[in-house]
Amino acid sequence: MQDWEIVIGLEIHTQLKTKSKIFSGASTDFGAAPNTQACAIDLGFPGVLPTVNTRVYEKAVAFGLGIGATINLTSVFDRKNYFYPDSPKGYQITQLETPIVVGGSVDVVLKDGSVKTIQVTRAHLEEDAGKSMHEDYHGQTGIDLNRAGTPLLEIVSEPDMRSAEEAVAYARYIHQLVTYLGVSDGDMSQGSLRCDANVSIRPMGTEALGTRTETKNVNSFRFLERAINYEVERQIAVLESGGRIRQETRLYDSDKDETRPMRSKETATDYRYFPEPDLLPVHITQDYIDAVRQQMPELPAAKIQRFVRDYALNEADAQVLASTVALADYFETVARVGGDGKLAANWVRVELLGQMNRESLTPSAESLGAISLSANALGMLLARIKDGTISGKIAKTVFAALWHGEATDPDTYIATQGLTQVSNSDELAPIVDGVIANNPQQAAQYREGKTKLMGFFVGQVMQQTAGKANPQQVSELVQQRLLD
Amino acid sequence: MPPITVTQDLVLAVAELSQLNIDGADIDGYAADMTKVLALVEQMHGVDTSDIAPMSNPTDASQQLRADEVTEPDQRERFQAIAPETDGGFYLVPRVVE
Repeated sequence: MQDWEIVIGLEIHTQLKTKSKIFSGASTDFGAAPNTQACAIDLGFPGVLPTVNTRVYEKAVAFGLGIGATINLTSVFDRKNYFYPDSPKGYQITQLETPIVVGGSVDVVLKDGSVKTIQVTRAHLEEDAGKSMHEDYHGQTGIDLNRAGTPLLEIVSEPDMRSAEEAVAYARYIHQLVTYLGVSDGDMSQGSLRCDANVSIRPMGTEALGTRTETKNVNSFRFLERAINYEVERQIAVLESGGRIRQETRLYDSDKDETRPMRSKETATDYRYFPEPDLLPVHITQDYIDAVRQQMPELPAAKIQRFVRDYALNEADAQVLASTVALADYFETVARVGGDGKLAANWVRVELLGQMNRESLTPSAESLGAISLSANALGMLLARIKDGTISGKIAKTVFAALWHGEATDPDTYIATQGLTQVSNSDELAPIVDGVIANNPQQAAQYREGKTKLMGFFVGQVMQQTAGKANPQQVSELVQQRLLD
Repeated sequence: MPPITVTQDLVLAVAELSQLNIDGADIDGYAADMTKVLALVEQMHGVDTSDIAPMSNPTDASQQLRADEVTEPDQRERFQAIAPETDGGFYLVPRVVE
């Protein structure tokens, strides 16, 4: 059997987070009634002229700076002609020859811990199309043009990826970056990030690229991985049975987990690109770029490094905690208030994210803002573990109460529920003595050297004190009483 | 580049890409006309443009950018009053499925 090398390039369309459309003043809010946000410009009425939204430039420049790209001081819009009812003008305004962002690269971390650099070819601004509904209209198609004119940044990679895993890692990185920068809300369920995957295979060790197919409109990371794997298997099967790959556009069907041909490149329309006559070239200055740079938040890679350095976290913990800006901010508040970075990392990762995961919540700004347990309260709770007021075990009880909104202030809850840890030897000694007296057999075995039984004695004392005894104190007392 | 002669097949291919339904009797005429157009383009290729930057717009002006504000109210009723067919807010068109 031949060994094949997989070659993947991605085109990622990300919706920019703006109030209004790229070329009109219509709203971009998601979920409005059909066509209530499609104005005369979006509808392509005769005589209307597009204007350019300044925010799309800020966002495109921020993205370009985020990947170390060249920002073109002059960028030019072009007209891409095609005929389809989701684009009433009969063309899409995009940037072909002179896009705003050229070059740049990102470093992605793979599962085995290795780092792979993926080059970005370009990123250009363009407008989205409307939506077509093929069902429910008695043999006709219903068109909703609310999405027409929504600003997109199309990010085109070099064919640098060699596996579905690498492609997914790259797409995730881009998703994280655009979300960090506030370039996009990154909500994939609303189509804010859509991937087209260019896939080809070639015999291992050869240089020439094989014929590629383009799989369109994959809107989740899981589907991206599956679509690429399906396409690779299909291409291998075709070539190994003596066939040839047709250069074509394919559509991924997530229900059937397969790709199928949409249109062949050989009969594809010529888009007759030309410079958009309704818009002038856009000139920006270095001062403008510097101003955008000033506004940029800390990027994911820098944040992860800082977490490792300042909080002595391991790389994996730092990556999880820096996965979203909201989670990173939450963690840093917990660490500051609790006074212990490692403890904070542990509680946020295991307890908080575990609880959120059980309730199908992702650590987005929305969900972290909506939960009852504030970062401040969690930090105060950890401070009480640190100063010995409560044990880690009791802290989980308090955590649950805070999570369920039964309490907002850990100190008040600890006080009213009488959860304060008992560290006082005078108070604990009689209990320890009682446990020893009631378990003479275990006591004898312990004295004979079966020191593993310490856990048993501590457990008994904890049970009798409803978990409030300081376990450290208890084990010291047990040892003292048994061996003296 | 040598002059291109437009064949009947090329006329048919361009017609398909252009979504045009052309009369078979007109093909030879189109082929001749298109050959002449391409000859004119060839003639223009003779001009030396090596030190001229491509021009995307005849003026030196820069596109003014607009503030990111919603300025367009919902006028769906007015727009749909002149649409051939609508249903539940959607514009209806002949069925299109790729």
